[in-house]
Amino acid sequence: MAFMGDTMNPTPLWQNGPSPGAFYNFPGNASTIAPSRHGVQDFTAHSASPITTTTTVIGVKFDKGCVIAGDTLGSYGSLARFRDCPRVMKVNDLILLGCGGDYADFQYLKDIIQQKIIDERCVGDGLQLKPRSLHCWLTRVLYNKRSKMDPLWNSYVVAGIQDGEPFLGAVDKLGTAYEDAVISNGLGAYMATPLLRDAVDKGPLDQETAIAVVRKSMEVLFYRDARAFQRYQLGVVTAEGIKITDEELKHDWSLAHMIQMK
Amino acid sequence: MASALVPEIPVPGFSFENFQRNAFLAQKGFPAPKATKTGTTIVGIIYADGVILGADTRATENTVVSDKNCQKIHYLASNMYCCGAGTAADTEMTTQSVASQLELQRLHTGRTVPVETAATLLKRMLFRYQGHIGAALVLGGVDRTGPHIYCIYPHGSVDKLPYATMGSGSLAAMAVFEAGWKRDMNEEEGKKLVRDAIAAGIFNDLGSGSNVDLCVIRNTGPAQYLRTYEEANVKGKKQGSYRYALGTTAVLKQRVIPLEVESILVRPTEAFQPMDVEPQTSR
Repeated sequence: MAFMGDTMNPTPLWQNGPSPGAFYNFPGNASTIAPSRHGVQDFTAHSASPITTTTTVIGVKFDKGCVIAGDTLGSYGSLARFRDCPRVMKVNDLILLGCGGDYADFQYLKDIIQQKIIDERCVGDGLQLKPRSLHCWLTRVLYNKRSKMDPLWNSYVVAGIQDGEPFLGAVDKLGTAYEDAVISNGLGAYMATPLLRDAVDKGPLDQETAIAVVRKSMEVLFYRDARAFQRYQLGVVTAEGIKITDEELKHDWSLAHMIQMK
Repeated sequence: MASALVPEIPVPGFSFENFQRNAFLAQKGFPAPKATKTGTTIVGIIYADGVILGADTRATENTVVSDKNCQKIHYLASNMYCCGAGTAADTEMTTQSVASQLELQRLHTGRTVPVETAATLLKRMLFRYQGHIGAALVLGGVDRTGPHIYCIYPHGSVDKLPYATMGSGSLAAMAVFEAGWKRDMNEEEGKKLVRDAIAAGIFNDLGSGSNVDLCVIRNTGPAQYLRTYEEANVKGKKQGSYRYALGTTAVLKQRVIPLEVESILVRPTEAFQPMDVEPQTSR
């Protein structure tokens, strides 16, 4: 009677006590005082918050292609720690990928995407990855990760040429995906989007106007985003190919002389 | 307890008497009615000849538009106006209270009141209430020292700037200003810039909408309040009509009863003396 139940599932001898044949966590041990959240077998980390972060990426579509831009600062909280974190990457001759958010998660996916391209070249069938399929793949990966409560804390902007037409799409850390003529994340969604939408609504853009309005938006963001930086990358994708240039902002603080608090 | 002979002198400051009762009611399923917020875009700039203030005209109660065409540019004095964002009642009452204090000051000193006085009165009042009065204001005006724009926050801090934006659409409007503001613009450029900033707020922010109001206050001459400077969101025209054509319903019988007028009497009321106030052109 003292030993009830079957050999496989023995009943405990008393409340909260040891059960025969099973491991028993003695009270007062380190594992019972501060029980780990995940248990002994679970070694996976779950992103609770981003550590080294990057700010806005903006993108705009013009008649023959797309322009995207993002500055090169990696912030460590409120410390401007890493001043050379490029986050506009060339995927292949048709696709540009920009990313904002946690830099480590971007580097992780960047390696995976680059390996994908290498594998594709090894297949050697002359076919290239297209922007819409990368956009779709990114959506599935990010949504899947977030559904497992382990998100990649990023906001991606995919720009490229899809079947001869410019393509511009966004995916965020929740897996929300959409395409639009104007994409921006972070503070750019509030400050750059009105300027870019205004330019796009006025009529079809050409490359110079698109680059000019993107430069203007980066300047405005430098004035008003507390995590911005004056060096940025400007990427242009057209049917001819991809060009990523490093730019330095010109900013004007002369209005400081007009401000006099009494 | 209070009676007509011994009226209760109200204790100054906010009364939190009903706080416990409201918490109990909310818990039982009767939440307090939501304050109408303005959820706004308000802006002000200094241009060559004075200041230009601008505002949208949408007032919201959470996600419902409660007033499609409200007035967010409030009169303070003939040489200064104040745009208000935040809780609609707070901006309205605060500006009215300060407007009356400014009028008393004007009558007391016999001079135009400087804009700094209004900024000081507003900030002292808002700081006293520690942010419980949810009024975020853009005060603009012209006095003998020139044009001024002040940004006044609900907790009582003040910024003095050449261009300012407040409200939920402030980022969209500020993007337009940072891209387009320059010193000594003329009136046309100034009005266009303010209109573009408010339009950016109207079309990119859900808390702002409807029309654009402007107020131009020049160094010389009275303020010009352009109510509905632009109708940015015009209601669509109905494509069809549900009116029935004459003759759809057959008329079976008709009887006309004329009303006979016996007499007509016209009597004028006495003329009244208007109060002695300074002339206001646009109110």
